Amino acid sequence: MDLLRRTVLKGAGASGVLAGLLAAGVLKPTLAYANDWNKAAFEAKDPDGALKALGAEGAAANNALVMKAPEIAENGAVVPIDVTSNIPNTTSIAILVLKNPFPLSSQFEFASGAVGDVSVRLKVAETSIIRAVAKADGKVYSAQKEVKVTVGGCGG
Amino acid sequence: MADPMKIRAQIKGDVCEVRVLMSHPMETGQRKDADGKTVPAHHIQTLTVALNGKTVVSGQTGGSVSRNPVFGFKVKGAKAGDKVAVSWVDNKGDKRTDETTVA
Repeated sequence: MDLLRRTVLKGAGASGVLAGLLAAGVLKPTLAYANDWNKAAFEAKDPDGALKALGAEGAAANNALVMKAPEIAENGAVVPIDVTSNIPNTTSIAILVLKNPFPLSSQFEFASGAVGDVSVRLKVAETSIIRAVAKADGKVYSAQKEVKVTVGGCGG
Repeated sequence: MADPMKIRAQIKGDVCEVRVLMSHPMETGQRKDADGKTVPAHHIQTLTVALNGKTVVSGQTGGSVSRNPVFGFKVKGAKAGDKVAVSWVDNKGDKRTDETTVA
């Protein structure tokens, strides 16, 4: 009995402190969680699962989505990828490395003036197809390119 | 607290090119150290780019982004002297925000 009472009191005390911090603006929940990490998509072990979690299934290949990637990457730990979307009203671009343990590498959303253009450097575990998936006006488009890796980017 | 980011924002034609270099180990959680122990995941999860306080790009990243990641974005309608702020949060709750002006 006593023990339970103690934990309950402790819990109440801790949450009281938290509420105080919130009020003081030390923790800004809206700012911290406005851009929530899509755990399901990033921890999916197959590309289809990742795309499903992103709500970007059934992408159609489109030439207006251009991906620049090296044909052969000497160092799989740093593979520069450039994705440019010439599709009007592109709202998001996701980049997947199909053969990585977790295929989804990154996802970007664009607003107020940002152009659908992004460059990143990725780790690529082994020779794999890299796929970019863009969303524009509710439709999903994709582009892909194979990158040959001579030295893997994961593990050591 | 992580090291400061290097941010460059330059106007090229009708767009402003923003390039960011972040200083972060970006551990995937897959790698093993010399003793065969798995190195716990430690990577940036979310990042935002804001132009004069207005978010223009919000991104999410997993562990497969390279160590000390470099990102490039393009934004329309930026003028010289505008403020570009970039911030990130990692999976351990560490965060950093840096700012520069458009050149």
